Order: sequence, then C-alpha cells, then structure tokens
Amino acid sequence: MLDWPILSTVTVLPLVGVLLILLTSGKEESAAGNARWVALWTTLFTFLVSLFIWLNFNNETAAFQFTEKAEWLGGGINYHMGIDGISMLFIILTTFLMPICILASWTAITVRVREYMIAFLIMETLMLGVFSALDMVLFYLFFEAGLIPMFLIIGIWGGARRVYASFKFFLYTLIGSVLMLVAMITMYFIAGTTDIPTLIAFNFDPDLQLWLWLAFFASFAVKVPMWPVHTWLPDAHVQAPTAGSVILAGVLLKMGGYGFLRFSIPMFPHGSDYFAPLVFALSVVAIIYTSLVALMQKDMKKLIAYSSVAHMGFITIGIFTFTTQGLEGGILQMISHGIVSGALFLCVGVIYDRMHTREISRYGGLVHRMPRYAVIFMIFTMATIGLPGTSGFVGEFLILVGAYQVSSTVAFFATIGVILGAAYSLWLYRRVVFGKLVKDDLKNITDVNRREIIIFTPLILVAFWIGIYPAAFLDVMHASVANLLDSHQTAMQATQTILNAAK
Amino acid sequence: MGLPDFSIALPEIFLACAALALLMVGAFRGNSSAKLISWLSVVVLAIVALLLAYGPPDTKVSFNGLFRDDAFGIFMKTLCLGASALAIIMSIDYNRREKIARFEFPILILIATLGMMIMISANDLMTLYLGLELMSLSLYVTAAFRRDSVRSTEAGLKYFVLGALSSGLLLYGVSLIYGFSGTTNFDGLASIFTGEEARAEIGLLIGLVFLIAGLAFKVSAVPFHMWTPDVYEGVPTPVTAFFATAPKVAAIALFLRVFVGPFGELVGQWQQIIVFISIASMILGAFAAIYQKNFKRLMAYSAIGHIGYALIGLAAGTEEGARGILIYMTIYVIMNIGTFAVILSMRQRDGMVEDISELSGLSKSQPWMAFFLLIFMFSLAGIPPLAGFFGKFYIFVAAVNAGLIPLAVIGVVTSVIGAYYYLRIVKIMYFDDASEGFEPQSRTLSIIMAVSGIFVAFFVVFPAPLLDSAKAAAAVLFS
Repeated sequence: MLDWPILSTVTVLPLVGVLLILLTSGKEESAAGNARWVALWTTLFTFLVSLFIWLNFNNETAAFQFTEKAEWLGGGINYHMGIDGISMLFIILTTFLMPICILASWTAITVRVREYMIAFLIMETLMLGVFSALDMVLFYLFFEAGLIPMFLIIGIWGGARRVYASFKFFLYTLIGSVLMLVAMITMYFIAGTTDIPTLIAFNFDPDLQLWLWLAFFASFAVKVPMWPVHTWLPDAHVQAPTAGSVILAGVLLKMGGYGFLRFSIPMFPHGSDYFAPLVFALSVVAIIYTSLVALMQKDMKKLIAYSSVAHMGFITIGIFTFTTQGLEGGILQMISHGIVSGALFLCVGVIYDRMHTREISRYGGLVHRMPRYAVIFMIFTMATIGLPGTSGFVGEFLILVGAYQVSSTVAFFATIGVILGAAYSLWLYRRVVFGKLVKDDLKNITDVNRREIIIFTPLILVAFWIGIYPAAFLDVMHASVANLLDSHQTAMQATQTILNAAK
Repeated sequence: MGLPDFSIALPEIFLACAALALLMVGAFRGNSSAKLISWLSVVVLAIVALLLAYGPPDTKVSFNGLFRDDAFGIFMKTLCLGASALAIIMSIDYNRREKIARFEFPILILIATLGMMIMISANDLMTLYLGLELMSLSLYVTAAFRRDSVRSTEAGLKYFVLGALSSGLLLYGVSLIYGFSGTTNFDGLASIFTGEEARAEIGLLIGLVFLIAGLAFKVSAVPFHMWTPDVYEGVPTPVTAFFATAPKVAAIALFLRVFVGPFGELVGQWQQIIVFISIASMILGAFAAIYQKNFKRLMAYSAIGHIGYALIGLAAGTEEGARGILIYMTIYVIMNIGTFAVILSMRQRDGMVEDISELSGLSKSQPWMAFFLLIFMFSLAGIPPLAGFFGKFYIFVAAVNAGLIPLAVIGVVTSVIGAYYYLRIVKIMYFDDASEGFEPQSRTLSIIMAVSGIFVAFFVVFPAPLLDSAKAAAAVLFS
C-alpha cells in the first residue's frame, strides 16, 4: 500500500495538464503545438503514475484498496475513493488509451487544438473518477459530467451530422441517468448514506430491489448500450472524431458494464437474479440483430459501432451468468474490447485521414500500397473475431463457458453471434484490404507512418498479452469476483427466506 | 405596553431612510447624478447586509407580532440584497448607453428591496400584504421604465394589470382566512391548526387557494405565469435580470413562511395544490422554451421551470424541503445573474441584440464569454458537477423523503427535456459558424460573469458554507 492518495493524484493529474494548456499562449500555430505536447506528456505521466496502482495492488484481498475519505456534502455523503479487483483494470485501461488518443489526434485535429486537448484531459479525469468513486453521489457526478466534454468533442470536431449525433448522445444518456439518480436518492433515504461499501452490505427490500434495479438498468443499458436503446451509438461513433470514438468504445461503454458490477449485482441481488432472463434476451437479440445489421453497413465506422453493440451483448451475458467464468470473462472482454475496438477505430482513422471517406466501397486492394497497415488491421480483425492467441478469444471463451452453465440456449445463440462476427469482420477486411487496387485515388496512398506505428505497437502488444497470458489480468480480479459471487449467494438465500416468510 | 422593539427592524429602517435621502439627492442634482446614486445605492445595500449579518441571530418577534426576525429571514434577505445590488450595478452602463439613465431607477430598486425584506419578515398576513405591495408597485414602475418604448410600457401595463388582479386575489384570500379563523397573525393561525386533527374548514381552504394564487403569480408559477414571457422580453434587460432573481426569492420565502408556519399542520390539504402547480410549471417550462428565439423570453420559460423545481421542496413540506429551496434559490440566483451578465453583453455596433442566433460562433470571437455561458447553461440544465445539479439534488432528496417519488420522477424527466434548449444555446455558440460577434464586454459585467461562473463551477469543491447556512436557516422555520 502507498501512503499517499494515489487515486486522487491520478484523477487530478489531467487537470494539471488543463491548467498548463491554459497558461500556454502565443500564436495559433505554436499554441496548438504546445497544447499537443502538454496533453501527451500529461497523459503519459498519468499512465506511469497509474502503473503504481497496479504494482502496489494486493491481489489477495477483495476489500477496497487505496481508499481515501474526506468530508464533502455532509449527511452521509462523503468524498470516498477506492478500488478493488474489478475497477483497477479499468483505470489502467483509461490511462493507457489516453496517450494513444492524443497521438491519434496529432494531425487529424487542426482547428481549436487547445480546446480539444482540454476536453480530452477533462474527460480523462472524469472517467478515472467514475472507476475510483466509492460514493454514489460522487460516482454520479463523474458519470454525468462526462457528457459535457463528450458532447463538445462530438459537436465541435465531429463529422457532417455532428449536431444531431451530439444531441442524441447527450439526451439519450441523460434520460437513463436521471432515473438512476432518483433510485440513488431513494437508497440514500432508506440507508441514510451513499457510501458504496455500506450499501453493498445493506439488504434492500426484495420488492423495492426490482424497482431500483430497473432504474439503474435504465442508465447502464443506455450506456452499454443494449438493444433497443443502442441507436445513439452508431450515430455518435460515425460523427465523432477518431479519438472520440476510441474513448467512446474503449472506456465510456465500459462504464455501463462496470455499473452492473458495482451497483446492480452486489446491491440488488434479487433484482439481478429476477431480471437476468431479460438481460439475456436483450443481449441475444443485440448479438444476432446488430451482427446482421453490421453485415449490411456501407460505412466502416458504423460497422464497427454495431459490432461493439454485439460484443457488449456478450459482456452483459457474462456478467449476468453469476458464474466465476462469466464474470471474469465479462470483465476481461471489456478490457479486451476497449483495446481492440479502439484499435479498429484507429485503423479506420488511418485511412480516413488520408482519403477523408469511410465508405467501404471507396476502398479495396490496400494491401498493395499499405502492407504494414494490412498486417495491423489483420491483427485487430482477428482479435475482434476472437482467434485463439488474441485478447478477444479469452474473454469470449470464458463468457461462453459461463453461459453454458446457466442456459445452453443463450450460449447457443451467443455462439451464432461469434460466427456472424467473423463474417462481418472478415468481409469488411476483404473488401477494404484485399482485391485489386483499381481506384485511382488510392494509387498514391501512403503506408502507416512512424507516429501511427507508435500508436499501434502498444495496442498490438497488449492484445497478444491478454490472449497469450491472461493470468496477469485474471489474477487481479479473482478475489473480488469470488467475493461478489459469495455475497450474491448469501444474499439470494436471505432473500429467499424473506420471500418464503411472506408467503 | 410601551414602544415596540425597533431594533429588530433596524436594517429595514435604515434602508427606508437611505432610499429617501438618496431620493432627495436625486431631486436636487437631477439625472446627471444617476451614476453616483446607483453606486450609493449599492453601498446602502451593502451596509444593510452588514447590519443583517452583525445583528442578533436569534429569533425575535416585535410590532405586536407583525414582524419577525430570524436566521431564515437573514438568509433570504441577504440573497435579495445581493441580487438587487448586482441588478443595479449591471444597469448602470446599460442605462447610460440606452439613454434611460435616471436617478429614480436605483431608488425604485431600493424600495422594492425594502418591500421584499418586509415580506420575508412577515409574521402576519397584513405585513405580508404590505411588503408585497411595496415591492410590486416599485416593480410596476421599473417594468415601464423605458417610457418611450412601446414594448416596455406595454410590458409594464400588462404586469400592472395582472399584478393588481393577483394582489386582489391575495387580499380576498386573506380576508377569507381572517373571516374563518378570526386572526391574521401567523402565530395565532398556527395555534388554531395544531395537533393531528387539524383540518381547515372549506371557507378557509378557499382563502388558502386564493392566497396561493396570489403568491404563485409573483413567482410566475403555472397557471399564473402568462405575464412572465412578455414582461421579461419587453422590459429593459437589467430590469429582467432583477425580476428574475430578487422578487422570486422574496416570493418563495413568503411561500415558505406562510405554508410552513401557520398552515404547516395542514400540509395534507394544500400539498396537492402545490404539487399540481409544480408539475405544471416544470412541464411548461421544459416544453415552451424549446421554440423560443429570444434569449430573454427563453429565460422567462426557464424561470417558470425552475420555480416548478423549487416548489417541489415546498410540496414536501419538510425541513429538508425548505433547506432544498434555500440551496436551490441561492444557486438559481447566481446562475441567473451570470447569464444576464452575458445577455447584457450582447451588444453589437448598432445596439443590443437578444436573439439567441446572434450567439453563433461566440466560442471563437469571445471564448471566455462563451465558456462561462456554457457553464451557466449546463448548470441550469442541472448537469453535474456544476452547482445547478446540487440545487436539484437536494430538492429531489426532499421529495423522495417526503414520499413524493412520482413528483421527483416527473422532475428529472422534465429536466432532461429542458436540457435540450440549454444545449441548443451551447450548440449555437460552439458548433455554428461565427456571426458578427459582440462589442467587448464591459469590465463590471465580465467581473460579475466570472465571479458567478467560478461559483457555479467550483461549488462542488466547497459546498459546505452554503449547505450549512441553508440548513441552519431551514431549521429555524421548523423550530
């Protein structure tokens, strides 16, 4: 354990970068350059500091670590930070992806660079806050506040229909979240505190749990997103700048899954159990339906966006199996999806920066001019399909193992999704990379440059690392997942007794 | 019985005398002294605030039970004084440029503020009416202050006619209450309605409804809101800024005083009326603002919506509700002052503009102004971590604790709908291409804007002072 408040430090560090950017002045051109470098160094430094969290993390315990507590609003609402095996990896994922996002925007963003970097750094602070908050109000604060920078990122630096996409993103997410807020206030009223560890230990009335579960579900289902409230995602992804898509797919979607793990399952065990079939049904529909939709997309980003919905469907299935494999697979798949889908959006960004179109039919035969790009794209296509040896395989496999233990029907449909996933991914790859190079404007396209290789290298390494040696990641979560399942079992027995007594 | 204890009304007495003295100065020195009198008025308000702050904090009643001084009063009065002072400061430059700089303006605001202070300290339905009329009459005059403008005089006349009607309703309600209970004193009324069995007779209930109607008019709650958009749009902008803040605070304070004090035990009987008014205001505020093009008109609908949220706290009828209202109104006033500081800066070469489309591309031409307006808009929409979120949060906490979960759900849903039009302003500033842009902002306005913006943005870090004082003030109401 460390004797300094590392979580607050990591959370606040990006804001220091914001201050530095505000202090830089000078001409448009030089200020933009300064802002880029400040943002890059800030995010790299944040990443390095966040590695201390992992190094000092105790894998043996399920308790919250690195906790910090301070008086805040009073009346049981405190500034409480801390992490366990479930949230730790998300923090590393966030700090890991941020420098990559900054680098990916290096040349793609030319207007209002300072504001862009500020928005991203604020975004990083808020995302880290979400994963380390141990107080509901604090969590909600970070969770909701993230809408503001993301709204601006999509709206200012987005594509042609950016206004529509940004409004849809904002209002969709907000309506889900405010219902969660009412549920949180109800819990505060009953339990007298918003402290997450206390609430996890608190047993809510089984009937009330159903309502509370639904209210939280409204928020997290939009965030994940689950079918049928996923429609904001393709719009937001298509219009957002590349780095915005990476953050969106890499981290923001994970907040939904994280919310299920942190709130829905431990606090409302009865509600989670009761509604698990609903989650399975929605996830299965999502997997099959969005995979089919993805097959038919003409826009590359839209295709990957729909594939994200399908992959998130796997994750929600895994989480609600209440098995060790399912839960660990779900968490690992979230990390893996964060890396892989982020990388795929970056792959699209590479050719978009050169050709300024994302239409699949405008490409073809890129392998002849861009061999290195073809290899990179291939690796991530395989990872998204879930080829053994890549990160996608481990998570998907564990989830399916978990799903078989609960319901072979769910597992059956989910497996169909795997096949469909292979179909649309490989077909996309074939249409863009293989074939003859016939389009005139593609004949002068250049291969990935050094900056882009620097971006992709860490992503490739991590994708293989998770695929080949997942234990490093799974070890972190064992204790917390086991504890989650144990308390779920105990709570379910207690609930059963209450329900039987009521009969 | 000797003389009443004048000392508890010392701030009010000082304010009244100072206003008269300034009126004399103005009468002798003419309109050229408008600026001097404005600043002197601000100084007077500051002194009154100091008198309040260093006065005895304990609850006292004097003037034969007509007048009450307590921590709740100090809280609300300070808020009104601050809002009035800022309205005067914001008017100085505007009135000079628009050539309506007259020395009566700050004095009218002083007198209106005096009326508000009397309202807040009311411990009797007569004091209530006295303060309310003193405030309203001054407001009618300020509304029609730009007497050469058709819009302004029309707004003034409209406000006067409807305001007089509402005062009439209120007075009728007061007389019914008196007729059915035999007293106008709050303590006397409270002693009639105590215990579990407390029920109002039908006549008294009708009186109560009239009272609510009169007060609802002053806070512009639906269905008594019709005057608000026209008046907000028609009157000179500093007057709009004033209307949007101080009188609302005073009227909400009065709502609390009357319904928590004498009629507190009857909560079951008036609660549904307040719930209805609150829901109707929130819904109208959310939907009607969507198509507004004029910024001041939009703020009028926004104000209607916000009053709806504040009334949720009243509907709860609990100490937490009162605390929520105090927090909400404080934050509301600060957000509004900041927003109006921006609206007052919307000046192009050939005069003021009020259309929100004129804000397009503001983030490029005046990045700081755009940034602060962005903060105010997100805060008005109630997005954390800005102050507006905490205002709503405490209101909803009170509603849930009082068992009004459906009301809280309607509240959060309308706040999402309302978020749309606040977002639209952000969109115009940040996503649209630049238009003509504005003249540089005057220094006073930018200071007011920045200070309120910093409050709104950093409230999350230092929430304790406001939360604690609101808690103390609310506790007094229920003791």
